Amino acid sequence: MTALAQRPTDSPPSDSVPPGIDAHRLAERRVLPLRHPLRWVITALVLVLLLNFAQTLFTNPSWEWEKVGKWFFSPPILKGLQLTIVATAISAVVSFFGGIVVAVARLSGNPVLSTLSSFYIWLFRSVPLLLVLVFLFNLGNLYPEIGVGIPFGPQFTVNTVATLTPLALGVIGLSLSEIAYSAEVVRSGLLAVDQGQHEAADALGIPKRRQFTRIVLPQALRSIVPAYVNQIIGLIKASSLLYYVSLLDLFGIAQNLGSTYPTDVIPLLVVATIWYLILTSVIAVVQYYIERFYARGTVRVLPPTPLQRVRRALSSRRATAGVA
Amino acid sequence: MTQAIAVHNATKSYGDKTVLRGVDFSVEAGTVTVILGPSGSGKSTLLRAINHLEKLDEGFVSLNGELIGVRVKGDRLKELRPREILRQRAKIGFVFQNFNLFPHLTILENVSEAPISHGIKPAEARKTAAALLARVGLSDKEASYPRQLSGGQQQRVAIARALALDPDVILFDEPTSALDPELVGEVLAVIRTLAGSGKTLIVVTHEIGFAREVADRVVFMDEGAIVEEGVPEQVLNHPAHSRTQDFLSKVLA
Repeated sequence: MTALAQRPTDSPPSDSVPPGIDAHRLAERRVLPLRHPLRWVITALVLVLLLNFAQTLFTNPSWEWEKVGKWFFSPPILKGLQLTIVATAISAVVSFFGGIVVAVARLSGNPVLSTLSSFYIWLFRSVPLLLVLVFLFNLGNLYPEIGVGIPFGPQFTVNTVATLTPLALGVIGLSLSEIAYSAEVVRSGLLAVDQGQHEAADALGIPKRRQFTRIVLPQALRSIVPAYVNQIIGLIKASSLLYYVSLLDLFGIAQNLGSTYPTDVIPLLVVATIWYLILTSVIAVVQYYIERFYARGTVRVLPPTPLQRVRRALSSRRATAGVA
Repeated sequence: MTQAIAVHNATKSYGDKTVLRGVDFSVEAGTVTVILGPSGSGKSTLLRAINHLEKLDEGFVSLNGELIGVRVKGDRLKELRPREILRQRAKIGFVFQNFNLFPHLTILENVSEAPISHGIKPAEARKTAAALLARVGLSDKEASYPRQLSGGQQQRVAIARALALDPDVILFDEPTSALDPELVGEVLAVIRTLAGSGKTLIVVTHEIGFAREVADRVVFMDEGAIVEEGVPEQVLNHPAHSRTQDFLSKVLA
């Protein structure tokens, strides 16, 4: 122990203290935190640049905000938005479960299944989504009829073009490519579950299927969810490629209206941008709560949600106001 | 006394490294056996082979006359289907060094999970689980998650979980090795209450004091084989083999 730590009131300062200072007095005062002047300068600089840009939003007439307002809730835009949401939602759900199937197949001991799923992932990660979509839209030329049956035996077939609507083809295209990515996301999540969890479940004789749904998958989802939401956000934007196969999604509608009303191109792009921002933000909020759900048990106490934080701040302010 | 567990010619190697060299070993029902040995002596592998977490290359394990993990096919042994092995494991509890509790389930759910998956009604399983948690002194932790508990508490939950299927045999793989020294006592105390309860216990441990006090029999293993075995007084106080003497002098030093 040093003399400083013991703080005997009358004993002389020890030799370990620099000469010429009053050890007792200094030791009792609060240590001053380091200041960061450069931080303030850089912050000011960034704010000035930001304000410059913000100003142009109001002063530059080309933004044409009144037209943005006019188009924002217009029926064609909402219809395009609906198509974007429907195509994305169906593909997201299909590719989540498809991804689990492909990932489990890849991790399985069955060499045929595991090789097939590796091949599938390799194929659809290699080929551009746009190419997949255009390919599918020409499927009628390649296979006028599709179906299943016993080779050289009875067949069940339907007409390709009549059965598969453009939206169905679009969703199939998005899903085919998305499954390849989500399979890898799911696989990484499954591999992240500690081997001891499998052993404990084995030792307790829990049946394999229940081991997967009750023990392994819930733990894997903790690392799957953030990566998969990332995929979904990518999927929303990838759905704009549907425009190239003549499906009018949000982006497609904005493009189309832009060529019909050439003076409104900028406002229409702004409308589409804002809608994409809204979609992504909604997903981010949902993601926050899903992650929180799967985090139970991983930390001793979960941090409060933003809403709880606001409520707590308000109630503590009320409390202090009451005291005053 | 009847034999609960019999191990015949347990042989196992990983690549060219032999970990078990034809171990013959049996345990009488309702007794406590402690397996001692230096690290890498094959004691954990032997324990894990008993409930078929490790597959043997040669030899077999039987519990109350039933082969574990294998069946007789002609003049050979053939591995059982996973479903049948999982069913057999219900009769053998296992407690891990690192607890391996399910972190996303509450303590009560951890203990009731296996009975529910074996077809016990959830309400009944929860009742049994609550009673077991009371037995290991953790009634107030039912709704907690494993990470909110100390290591000693977690291992007591793991013991309750292993008891939930009412197994005939419980295997402990170094149950106190991952614990801070001051938490070892509470876990050993729970194991002590199980001794003499009719259950057959096999414990791999380095706690010589515990072995001396609780074990009916001590087995000393080295280099994949049993070097000597007998009552604690004989093996721990008057070891016949120089390797046992060597090990004890290092552990007790």
